[in-house]
Amino acid sequence: MTVNQRIWINAIIIVLLMTVPLLIKRTDLITWFTYTLLYISLAQSWNLIGGYTGQQNLGHAAFFGIGALCTRFLWLYGLPLPLALVTGAVAATIFAVIIGFPAFRLKGVYFIIGTLVLAEILKIIFFTVLPHASVLPSKILNTYSLTPRYYLSLLMAVITVAVVYWISRSRLGLGLMSIREDEDAAEAAGVNTLRYKLTAFLISTFFAGMAGGVYAYFAAAALPGEMFSAVWTFDAVIIVFVGGVGTILGPIIGSVFFVLLQQLLSLYLPAGSHVLVFGILFIVVVLYLPGGLIGLMTRLRQLSPQKESDQIAA
Amino acid sequence: MIQLIAQTFVNGINVGALYGLAAVGLSLTFGVMKILNVGHGEFLMVGGYLAFWMLRLFGVDPFLGLPLIVAALFLLGIISYRLFFATLASFPEEVKVKNSLLVGFGLFLVFPQIARLLWTGDERAITPFYSGGSFPFLGVRIATVPLAGLAVTVILILALHLFLKRTYFGKAVRGTSENWKAAKLMGINVNRTYMITFGIGTAIAGVAGILVGLTQSISPDVGMEWTLKALIVVVLAGIGSVGGAFFAGLILGVLEAVGAIFMGPYTVALGLVIFLVILMFRPQGLFGKA
Repeated sequence: MTVNQRIWINAIIIVLLMTVPLLIKRTDLITWFTYTLLYISLAQSWNLIGGYTGQQNLGHAAFFGIGALCTRFLWLYGLPLPLALVTGAVAATIFAVIIGFPAFRLKGVYFIIGTLVLAEILKIIFFTVLPHASVLPSKILNTYSLTPRYYLSLLMAVITVAVVYWISRSRLGLGLMSIREDEDAAEAAGVNTLRYKLTAFLISTFFAGMAGGVYAYFAAAALPGEMFSAVWTFDAVIIVFVGGVGTILGPIIGSVFFVLLQQLLSLYLPAGSHVLVFGILFIVVVLYLPGGLIGLMTRLRQLSPQKESDQIAA
Repeated sequence: MIQLIAQTFVNGINVGALYGLAAVGLSLTFGVMKILNVGHGEFLMVGGYLAFWMLRLFGVDPFLGLPLIVAALFLLGIISYRLFFATLASFPEEVKVKNSLLVGFGLFLVFPQIARLLWTGDERAITPFYSGGSFPFLGVRIATVPLAGLAVTVILILALHLFLKRTYFGKAVRGTSENWKAAKLMGINVNRTYMITFGIGTAIAGVAGILVGLTQSISPDVGMEWTLKALIVVVLAGIGSVGGAFFAGLILGVLEAVGAIFMGPYTVALGLVIFLVILMFRPQGLFGKA
């Protein structure tokens, strides 16, 4: 595929997605689409730090939560939505600056656990400080429409994917991937690893906060503590791993698959059964299929018919 | 006033012993095999549910049925090790720890869902006829079930300590934890040692689960909470120290009991904050050597 073809395909997909609310009138389907796009933003933002940089941040929910909470309250107090969204994302980033320096003192597995614990602390605090659900006021609820929510999540998904794609092609992206492969070697080769990791962390948390803001605009009622629930992190992590960690397409395919499975299984099985399937897939991916679904697809494509017969003969 | 302090201490020690017991298995697998199983709390949850089933379906007393649960969890541990962790054994240490954490994370996602299918999402408590009993002692009320649990914990930890220090297999475990390659050259079956060590870790988690079901309650999502408690204790104690884990558990239990008086609902965060601070400034643990 040439670059031109790729641009055309992407443009066609985006235009198709833009026509969804015009063609489909079923609210449940539009809700599915909105969730899928929200998960794409969230998973892609995690992918930047967890996939490309190899720093599995299990505290992503904290930044999602801060973004969601700030956006929600500012918006409900009358700030225009775009301003509230940006403020929420900036608040998440500021928090990331505060904890980034101490967090990156921790290496490898301690960074993973440390960030998880950090998000848990925030969750406990917000469950206690704000124990009541935030429900949209009747003035907004009366005119509640899914269409603007859908378009907002589409816009966020497109921006997040585009930015992560651009970073993955840039000097910054190469530095991040070199840190993932071997941090000491990257440092020796002249990559300022702490600065690179922090940059990736800040961008990642900015978009996590942004995704949180979209959720805050979308949810009719939400417990502030739930916005910090570790489930947001876990969903993002399994989506990225099952889709294909450290790839652009992986989180997108993972999100589609995740929401589809979630909705289909909830028809027959108790809520949460999709996590069972995804959990098993996650373990399989970690142990035997490091590329996830994307890796599997490229591997299958490489097995051209000729090679396949060779393999059977062997 | 003195009564309140004494009562707080007693309550703290009761809970703290459980923290210690939950942490010992994690500390053992992390210390010996460099496997950080964040699904450790899930084995605790399974142990609790099995004891609940035994009492509810067959009327077997949880303390009498303890050996059965130990055997079942040991088996579950061995199977889990073969299925999920054995492939990681030969990786370099850093990769192994990271991947084992991810696999454990997968277990943490899967187990609660299975538990929800088997036992529904309700909170269950194991309530034999003698639960809730207590007696006064020097002006402090001592509850019988936690006291029995404390006795079980102490016996188990002593037994594990002696097992590791005095038996031939224990020597193999310690040797493997120091240098698995050298241990292999000395004729130790490293793979089998790993498998059995992991089984012991899960069996201890199962016992902790019984005691959690007896003194608190078990639900499908209880695993995460206990994994975090165990992690705090392991980091407090320094990795791989069995006795240290027990005492660190007691410290955390008492700290939380005292904290509950002053901090109310924020007490849960107290342990986590301590965890982060220690991780930052004293990663070898309070009792560990630098």
